[in-house]
Amino acid sequence: MTRMGFFTDTSVCIGCKACEVACKEWNAIPDDGFNLLGTSLDNTGELGASTWRHVAFIEQPSRTVVDLGMPALATLPASADTAEVHGEHTGERADFRWLMESDVCKHCTHAACLDVCPTGSLFRTEFGTVVVQDDICNGCGYCIPACPFGVIDRREGEPATVKNAGIAQKCTLCYDRLGEGLEPACATACPTSSIQYGDVDELRDRAQKRVDALHADGVHDARLYGESTHDGIGGLGAFFLLLDEPEVYGMPPDPVACTSLAPQMWKTAGIAALGLLAGAVAAFAGDRS
Amino acid sequence: MAECHPVGFQWVMEAKARGARIIHVDPRFTRTSAVADQHVPLRAGSDIAFLGGIISYVLERGLDFREYVVAYTNAATLVSEDFVDTEDLGGLFSGYDPETGTYDTSSWAYAGRKPASAAGKREVVQPSDLDEGVERDETLQHPRCVYQVLKRHYARYTPEMVAEITGVPEAELLAVCEAVTANSGRDRTTAFVYSVGWTHHSVGVQYIRSAAVLQLLLGNIGRPGGGILALRGHASIQGSTDIPTLFNILPGYVPMPKVGVHDTLTDYLASISSPDQKGFWANADAYTVSLLKAWWGEAATVDNDFRFDHLPRLTGDHGTYQTVFDMNDGKLEGYFVIGQNPALGSAHGKLQRLGLAKLKWLVVRDLQEIETATFWKDSPEIETGELVTEDIETEVFLFPAANHTEKDGSFTQTQRMLQWRNKAVDPPGDARSELWFIYHLGRLIRERLAGSQDPKDLPLTELTWDYPTSGRHDDPSADAVLREINGYDSDGLVSGYTALKADGTTRCGCWIYSGVYADGVNQCNRRKPGQEQDWVAAEWGWAWPANRRTLYNRASADPEGKPWSERKAYVWWDETLNDGAGRWTGHDVPDFEVDKRPDYRPGPDDHGVAGLAGDDPFIMQADGKGWLFAPSGLLDGPMPAHYEPHESPVRNGLYEQQANPTRQVFKREDNLSNPSAGEPGVEVFPYVFTTFRITEHHTTGAMSRWLPYLAELSPEMYCEVSPELAVERGLEHLGWATITTARSAIEARVLVTERALPLKVDGRVVHQIGLPYHWGVGGGGALVQGDQPNDLFGVTLDRNVHIQESKVSSCDVRPGRRPTGPALLEHVRGYRDRAQITTETGNQQSRSGS
Repeated sequence: MTRMGFFTDTSVCIGCKACEVACKEWNAIPDDGFNLLGTSLDNTGELGASTWRHVAFIEQPSRTVVDLGMPALATLPASADTAEVHGEHTGERADFRWLMESDVCKHCTHAACLDVCPTGSLFRTEFGTVVVQDDICNGCGYCIPACPFGVIDRREGEPATVKNAGIAQKCTLCYDRLGEGLEPACATACPTSSIQYGDVDELRDRAQKRVDALHADGVHDARLYGESTHDGIGGLGAFFLLLDEPEVYGMPPDPVACTSLAPQMWKTAGIAALGLLAGAVAAFAGDRS
Repeated sequence: MAECHPVGFQWVMEAKARGARIIHVDPRFTRTSAVADQHVPLRAGSDIAFLGGIISYVLERGLDFREYVVAYTNAATLVSEDFVDTEDLGGLFSGYDPETGTYDTSSWAYAGRKPASAAGKREVVQPSDLDEGVERDETLQHPRCVYQVLKRHYARYTPEMVAEITGVPEAELLAVCEAVTANSGRDRTTAFVYSVGWTHHSVGVQYIRSAAVLQLLLGNIGRPGGGILALRGHASIQGSTDIPTLFNILPGYVPMPKVGVHDTLTDYLASISSPDQKGFWANADAYTVSLLKAWWGEAATVDNDFRFDHLPRLTGDHGTYQTVFDMNDGKLEGYFVIGQNPALGSAHGKLQRLGLAKLKWLVVRDLQEIETATFWKDSPEIETGELVTEDIETEVFLFPAANHTEKDGSFTQTQRMLQWRNKAVDPPGDARSELWFIYHLGRLIRERLAGSQDPKDLPLTELTWDYPTSGRHDDPSADAVLREINGYDSDGLVSGYTALKADGTTRCGCWIYSGVYADGVNQCNRRKPGQEQDWVAAEWGWAWPANRRTLYNRASADPEGKPWSERKAYVWWDETLNDGAGRWTGHDVPDFEVDKRPDYRPGPDDHGVAGLAGDDPFIMQADGKGWLFAPSGLLDGPMPAHYEPHESPVRNGLYEQQANPTRQVFKREDNLSNPSAGEPGVEVFPYVFTTFRITEHHTTGAMSRWLPYLAELSPEMYCEVSPELAVERGLEHLGWATITTARSAIEARVLVTERALPLKVDGRVVHQIGLPYHWGVGGGGALVQGDQPNDLFGVTLDRNVHIQESKVSSCDVRPGRRPTGPALLEHVRGYRDRAQITTETGNQQSRSGS
């Protein structure tokens, strides 16, 4: 079957968080706590067991105005005449940007979480997506450090009161909707088509055209992330159009599936084992002599 | 718009993708700013100065759409010699009475004419006498023609002056001016979109007027892609003014009669419209009589003035704030609160809650147990000791309400479009729709009054109240209500408002909605997808009046009836239609008599609709013109002038007059004001604050704070401050701040953000604090709570519409949590003492003699 995935175009994201809410509604995910985080308007923090879509808000400081870091400024006397100290900052902040990005499980081509899963709970679906089977997962947690993006996590809480507590949880790309011919809940709810669902090959074409159009409009920072099949993941099933370096959005610049090195590691380990064996044989042989 | 209307904002993003330039003018940098091409931060409360700067730019450079302006606006009309502008009166217009704080508007009339009725005229009642023609100078050179009056009025709104007042750097303003003027004219149009950031002011009506003046000058009214769009605060707020929940109008903007002025139907009709008057308001008799017939049916006859006496009469201001003052004065026994949370959502929360505690009974209908229903046990005043639960005699009836997916009905959105929705699921438990509640309440009252001959009961016993019901709970039929709104004649449903008559043979619940059930079809239930019809999409829902998508669209064609340009063709005169007699046609329903030729000119005896010429597009106005200068209809000036907010630390840079001289002030001990610039104590409240909504929540939270998926997205009350203000006041990110005004003090977590920007105003730095208003203290079962910034506002109103100023005020901010209990009252009292506040403070309407 055709591989299905997401293209998330952050250049049209308005940060409405409809994706977060639609995801939780459809998948019956519990709330993730009521905490004011102080990271712009983001109060869910990061992807995790109970947040499968996460909208990041990045307030990008004016690149022409420096020394606005609070610790440094806080040392000024409270009675400082800000009109004089910061008079040049009134009226506008040149280059200030507020970036928004809806993050999600990448549904990797080479999915380390799936590779390390000892129970077979994580599997690749007929849509090319990676899904946890709740009734098979034993909560061992191997998948958690395996994910290069920090997507998957075990849900906290008491199993008696919290659904799937102790079980690894993440985006299923709405596996239970795709089979019925529906789009994932987040893509359906997104008002500006920042989240687009479809055939991954077709989405890659669309994404490239969008980047080209943005470049033509002078948005030179626009770039695709995870669309290449030549990266350390073999390409992402959910890839992104970003307006800055991936690190700005909290994404690894050059992600690698840890298990992609497994053959090499086994080979190295094999050589080492052979060496040890040879040494042991030599030692016994030495005894004889 | 992206914050509060994210779904509608998809169309802005589509327009942007197609090349539209998006300019966002807002004190705060919001989600909208993030995707706009240009964000223009300005000082809250300075929008008239900002818009005036653009108007001035247009007039000084002659960039107006001259053919449109001459033909379709009153630019050429001469104004009375008696009119004196703000230029010569220190910021007042002629006719001001400092005793009452009101204007005698007669000097604002056109030369040689008494004032005519404005469209939708409500409380302003003046005779119309149009026997004399108006004087016009189509060269626009006469010193008293509206164009020149306007030009003089805005001459002082220079970029330098506007920058001084608004804090918008000149270059930013000029960039907006250039973008707006370059994008207006024959081939292009510009649209303005606003929300309560423009209306919740003591001079709010004039904010909108400023945009109207600018859009008329640029030829952006009545044309595709133009207009001024009001974004509403909830679904169907447009509907609740069309079929009003307001005290001063009846359905379809028909004015409410006044005691002593409108004793008979004849008196009333003569004052709201006149057969001698031009325009469609001349038919107000048909609309009024059809409404009376819809309500009192067979009992309404020509002999009894169609039961005109069953209508209550206005004795004064009965708006929501006057009502709350009356409540506090013990003049009110009962109160219905339906889908509203005044304990948090209205200005001056303490006044609201103390008022509720003086009622005998209170009915609250809502989805949740909101703070208005629980004030008696958990309001902030219980904590301070101002209220004691045991002493409150108010009996509270809380009714659970059905939400929009649990009932049939229609929404009316800002384009005046009605969209029908069907019930998806039954409401849970005892929850019922508003229609169910009102219908059965009426039924029960009528049953108790059955047989009564007491005249005061007749308006109820004679009421037509016979809607069919169905289902387990006897739900009345919303469809039947819609049919009544559409109207009937003896043959059944009427096709539209032109079929309505004043002789009692037609009934219609709301004349502007007439036609919504034309041809026996629920027209607002049409859902033909956009890709299956043209771009006007006339078969999606139904827009009043007569399914017109753009009002006054006669203006989309030139005076001869030809489109201004191929690109902007919308409605035009086609000489080949109608067997060669010609007819108006186009993409939209023409907002004009379809057979009236562009070259039609009325004779001296032609009145009403026939009195409008073939090139008079503004058919609801008595002169058929768009009003750059409003000779009647407004109470605070014929042209917008910048006044400072009621509470402002900044002096008015344009006029001696500081604030709107007609604003409604209430000099009461329970409604004290902060001192403004020029008064002693102003330094005690040095900062400006504004309130706002965020995407995560809905108004005071009844639809979001109780839902975990929304509450977690923004769990606490916070304030947005700039890094510069944080330094000035020692505020720490994620720490606490206390914000204080003359009314109260609230606490909020601090978000230090570069999105907040200090502005340079009048030679100094003005800091603005942003306060979301989604949280409250109290309520049953809300997942998240917090202090409510509406508690910080007092009550001061725009006199035209009695809307409160709740989008800008002054305050102080200090680090740390607010005092609790009686100490909170001490804290506020300390501020009052330091600012020497009395009931006179800030309430001087005019600075006469200064």
